[in-house]
Amino acid sequence: MPVRIRHMLVKEFIQIFRDPKMKAVIFVMPVIQVLVFGYAVTTDVRNIATAVYDLDNSTASRELTARFAGSGYFRIVEYPEDEARVREIMDRGLAGAVLHFMKGFGDDLVSGTARLQIITDGTDSNTAGIVLSYASNIVSRYSSQVLLERLSRLGKPQTAYPAVELQARAWFNENLESRNFYVPGVIAILLMLITLMLTSMAIVREKEIGTMEQIMVTPITPAEFILGKTLPFALIGFIDVLVITVVGVFWFEIPIRGSLPLLFLATSIYLMTTLGVGLLISTVSGTQQQAMMGTFFFYFPAALLSGFMFPIANMPEIVQWATYLNPLRYFLVIVRGIFLKGVGVEVLWPQMAALLVMGFVTLVLATRRFSKTLN
Amino acid sequence: MVKTSRVLAIARKEFLHILRDPRSLGMSIAIPMLMLILFGYALTLDVDNIPVAVWDQSRSHVSREFISRFDGSRYFSIREFVTGYSAVERAIDTASVQAAIIVPVDFASRIESGRPASVQFILDGSDSNTATIALGYASAVAQSFSRHVTLRRNQTIPGPQASEPLDLRHRVWFNADMEGRNYIVPGLIVVIMMIIAAMLTSTTVAREWESGSMEQLISTPVRGNELILGKMIPYFVIGLFDVFVAVVMGEFLFEVPLRGSVALLFVMASVFLAGALSMGMLVSIVTRNQLLATQLAMTLTFLPSFLLSGFVYAISNMPQALQVMTHVIPARYLITILKGIYLKGVGLEILAIEALFLTIFGAVVFAAANVAFKKRLV
Repeated sequence: MPVRIRHMLVKEFIQIFRDPKMKAVIFVMPVIQVLVFGYAVTTDVRNIATAVYDLDNSTASRELTARFAGSGYFRIVEYPEDEARVREIMDRGLAGAVLHFMKGFGDDLVSGTARLQIITDGTDSNTAGIVLSYASNIVSRYSSQVLLERLSRLGKPQTAYPAVELQARAWFNENLESRNFYVPGVIAILLMLITLMLTSMAIVREKEIGTMEQIMVTPITPAEFILGKTLPFALIGFIDVLVITVVGVFWFEIPIRGSLPLLFLATSIYLMTTLGVGLLISTVSGTQQQAMMGTFFFYFPAALLSGFMFPIANMPEIVQWATYLNPLRYFLVIVRGIFLKGVGVEVLWPQMAALLVMGFVTLVLATRRFSKTLN
Repeated sequence: MVKTSRVLAIARKEFLHILRDPRSLGMSIAIPMLMLILFGYALTLDVDNIPVAVWDQSRSHVSREFISRFDGSRYFSIREFVTGYSAVERAIDTASVQAAIIVPVDFASRIESGRPASVQFILDGSDSNTATIALGYASAVAQSFSRHVTLRRNQTIPGPQASEPLDLRHRVWFNADMEGRNYIVPGLIVVIMMIIAAMLTSTTVAREWESGSMEQLISTPVRGNELILGKMIPYFVIGLFDVFVAVVMGEFLFEVPLRGSVALLFVMASVFLAGALSMGMLVSIVTRNQLLATQLAMTLTFLPSFLLSGFVYAISNMPQALQVMTHVIPARYLITILKGIYLKGVGLEILAIEALFLTIFGAVVFAAANVAFKKRLV
């Protein structure tokens, strides 16, 4: 039996690498993707282009504007003259935020309650949310300072300020860099994409070209055939994990705090599920085009509903339940846990167990279906 | 140069080929619909109700008041009260909460005696986006509590009273309720179109090479550009139908406001579709291999149109070099155009540059596909 599997493996490898472009797809693509994710996917909002619509033009309004500019988050790009220009700035997307000082802002700040409006662009509501969070903080600090000045002017006794000092510490990612969040996740989504694609096309291809009949007349058993069809792709998957990890750790300086052997162990369990699903797609498809559509049909939702980019906690309840069937969801927790949190099996065992069960079920189903299609 | 009858003959042949495989046809219409339904509802980056654990060592009415300010904010939701540092650690390790507030024992006594009290706010930084937003709001909550304490203490002293000096009002334009789906849906239409279009066409030419029918086609009088055009027509029809379904769903299912011109939307979508289909065609011609073609089409369309287009990640936050690169990604222009038409209600007077770039992209890729095909034949 090992001899037959070996022959099968040799055949598969020759087939995969016959086209030199395929090598590029398998080995260069992961590097490009990590680079893109490391650089492009950033939710770190800095230098927000800001317009200041200042109807008051007082010392106070200028001082608060200077605070926004000095915070490092806001970059003042324009002082629009009138409402129409504000409209145009927003329409063209020239600024992500507009600070609007009403007339009398400075006077109100001395005695009453001064009103300040911030306008954000809701077509990108993520940035809008972050802008608002920064702005609230800056305004709040300024407000506190003005309050103290007022109290001292009124001759009230001074007490220590602020009454509550918030000492914030971010665990696992001290500087809150988004690449630390995304780059480990790339391992999970890329691994699924590559192994799914390769396996789902593998069997259909033989069917389409007509070589399936030739294989069927050989003494090879279905199990051996499936092993021969999956092992090469598993190996490619491992190489990709290694490539991404090396680029992530050495180029982007993503911390890897947990155990590497655990990462590889979890990867092999995860691969069982992706290979299993790939084989299932392959057995139900008649042509390569169908297989590709099927892969896509599975992969796109799996990638989006995994918590890779969009937090699962924000999804509707039913969808949240559905994500429990998504292997990617579990593997993402494992990968981020190992890279950033440095946790081990004691925390990650439920995810690993879930993957193991799913991998087992899909592989058994795929082998069954495959034996049926042969008969 | 291009003979319509030959183009139509090729188109008819490709149509027949598609109809013979009803499963693929059904999928190419069902997939976009399902995705729009699923993602239109499910995807949002909006951060609210961040789960928080509290370790209140002070157990006083002052500390409870402080904590209730977090619970009252829409950004935080207190999930559990714990005792002990290890319990805080465990809650964050297992990700059952994303932040923890630790109130010290002497919190109440310090506040009442007018001395500053320090509160620890621990964040799970691994999701940096949520953490950044949480941090900003937490600081604002602490500041406002401090002002409140200071004001209250001074009220007990007779004399003129001070009040809260500043009031920040927030207005969101184009999407007043900050509905995630209002900006997700227009972008999603673009991403789905791009992927479907490139996927559909990426195998068509490669398939003819693989099955050997390309030789037969070459021996006919059909020219390269006629072949490409003819093969594109059926997929163009499918793609446009997908757009139509998506727009109808956006209107009646998601109720995304469509403030601009519907006609402009369809014209721009058609231009984009022609470019995306040509791109799939180009990939198919260059690779001659269905497996490779799909791999390439997937990586060329999925990632860029998702990540570098401004769909979820704002282009203005990317490094300068990458921002320049995004100019070659057609999805970027259509996303700006669709968001403009849908949410801002603007027209060509503002979107002219994007429309121009989109047209140039379509023309260049179509020409490239023709050139590549001629080269392949030699």
